[in-house]
Amino acid sequence: MTSSAPAVRSPQLAVRARAVAGRAAAILVLAVGAVWLAVNLFHAPTQFFQSAVYGLRNGVLYALIALGYTLVYGIIELINFAHGDLFMLGTLFSAFTLTGLGLTVSSPKGWLGFVLVLVLAMIFCASINVTIEFLAYRRLRRAPKLAPLITAVGMSFILQFVGLRWNGSTPRLWPSVLPAGHFQIGGVNIDYNILVVITVTAGLLALMTWIVTSTRTGKAMRATAQDQDAARLMGINVNRIISFTFAMGGALAGAAGILYQQTVGTTRYNAGFQLGLIAFTAAVLGGIGNLAGAVLGGVLIGVIQGLNDGLPYAFGQEWSQSVVFAILIMLMVFKPTGLLGQNIGEKV
Amino acid sequence: MTSSNGQPLLALDDVHVYYGNIAAVKGLTMTVMPGEIVTLIGSNGAGKSTTLRTISGLLRPRQGHVTFEGKRIDRTAADEIVRRGIAQSPEGRRIFPRMTVSENLDLGAFLRKDRDRIAADRERVLELFPRLRERITQKAGTMSGGEQQMLAVARALMAKPKLLLLDEPSMGLAPVLVDLIFETISTIREGGTTVLLVEQNALAALRVADRAYVLESGLLNLEGSARELARDPEVVRAYLGG
Repeated sequence: MTSSAPAVRSPQLAVRARAVAGRAAAILVLAVGAVWLAVNLFHAPTQFFQSAVYGLRNGVLYALIALGYTLVYGIIELINFAHGDLFMLGTLFSAFTLTGLGLTVSSPKGWLGFVLVLVLAMIFCASINVTIEFLAYRRLRRAPKLAPLITAVGMSFILQFVGLRWNGSTPRLWPSVLPAGHFQIGGVNIDYNILVVITVTAGLLALMTWIVTSTRTGKAMRATAQDQDAARLMGINVNRIISFTFAMGGALAGAAGILYQQTVGTTRYNAGFQLGLIAFTAAVLGGIGNLAGAVLGGVLIGVIQGLNDGLPYAFGQEWSQSVVFAILIMLMVFKPTGLLGQNIGEKV
Repeated sequence: MTSSNGQPLLALDDVHVYYGNIAAVKGLTMTVMPGEIVTLIGSNGAGKSTTLRTISGLLRPRQGHVTFEGKRIDRTAADEIVRRGIAQSPEGRRIFPRMTVSENLDLGAFLRKDRDRIAADRERVLELFPRLRERITQKAGTMSGGEQQMLAVARALMAKPKLLLLDEPSMGLAPVLVDLIFETISTIREGGTTVLLVEQNALAALRVADRAYVLESGLLNLEGSARELARDPEVVRAYLGG
């Protein structure tokens, strides 16, 4: 008995030492980040805020797309790789519809058209997403996890091909109906279209939060996400709830599509690949399956990217992607569940 | 309570259920009459939970019929079966851990539209389980096993079912709570709900039930009135530790 006692204690000490070392390393990383931000802020405050504003615009778009990943993952534990490409189809739909309606300049008529096409793009992407789930994922629900995952990759290629046939292989620049100017706050330029992006996104997030937390359908969504069979036993039509979830994720991707097309201008058949990957990273960063986490992750990545691209002391634009994924990797080391991810034993 | 004439509320006729190629239930025939408490007892893996999951529509029988109020339900979707009046408190409780006790109860009444009655039923189940009232705003996953079990039963009652399926409601509970749960089952029946109870605690189940079926390896071994079976030497030896 006495001889075995120290052998029992030392692994515990080792575990504790590792936890302390891990926390110290995390604090060190955060401290370095804080110093970096502070140095830039004091050296070039205007540039700092300017970069942050542009980062924020991208960030809210990432957030809208990230929500589509996280909604679907939350409910059927599938990484829907076709989601970024759905967003790309949203940009094309917006470009072709607005131009087709002859709305190419900023005018009251153009703004009205923007609102109309926003709604249409949301309906368009929602319908496609629901169809994809019905045709491709539904019958694989009881299959091993790898099967729907590969199917999702396949759907991604199909959507890209549709985009290729629709838009051609080269990037195309489309006109915008949003006001082009900007105003200044303390030397920082704020584009009018950034305000549009942020207002529309905030409205959609509020609507989505209300649906998920306060409506009967939202309650059924959360129940289905937590335990599908138990949800069935409550009388919830699980198939309908999953369709609704895909519709919601698709609608947000459609909204991101028109906002992207109207602010960035260019789009291309493979625009969804890179943005989708970043948005997926945002969802993981925030804690996949967590709605607030997806928004937080998206905005964080956008702002960090913006700062990295625009600050005097930074890695610069060519390192943009590397910085994003380095942050993801570090977070996964220190907090594998993501920023807001839950780590509670749910299946008791 | 046991009326031999009249239409059974629930009837299983030669029901076979498989998981892949493995038969879990091999030709089960049983009935539950309106107003009865019927218990299905048997050892681990006898096919008791499989039977309840089949009745609720979570599993499809490969062969045989399930009828409820004279209509076949073995090809009916699970949510439609709840709508027809069958609620289940499943094995392992399966409460929604990240929702509050209150939200769990609301989900039990998911298909109901009669708001006043729902409020009254909520009062009734909270009277049955005062502990749940104390925890009403707590996340269900943070409660003890016994409290979660009460919630699972209360949630099923919120559907105001004609037939209540209870899967191992005494599992893992302290003896005091086991007594409480079985008392509650009698109260539930007095309220007009028919009960089909699956139990490993055969002694307590036979005490509260009118009739019993003994299941062994997916086959029906014995059936009869609960009183007779409690005295049956084979049952006593195998399940009552005699």
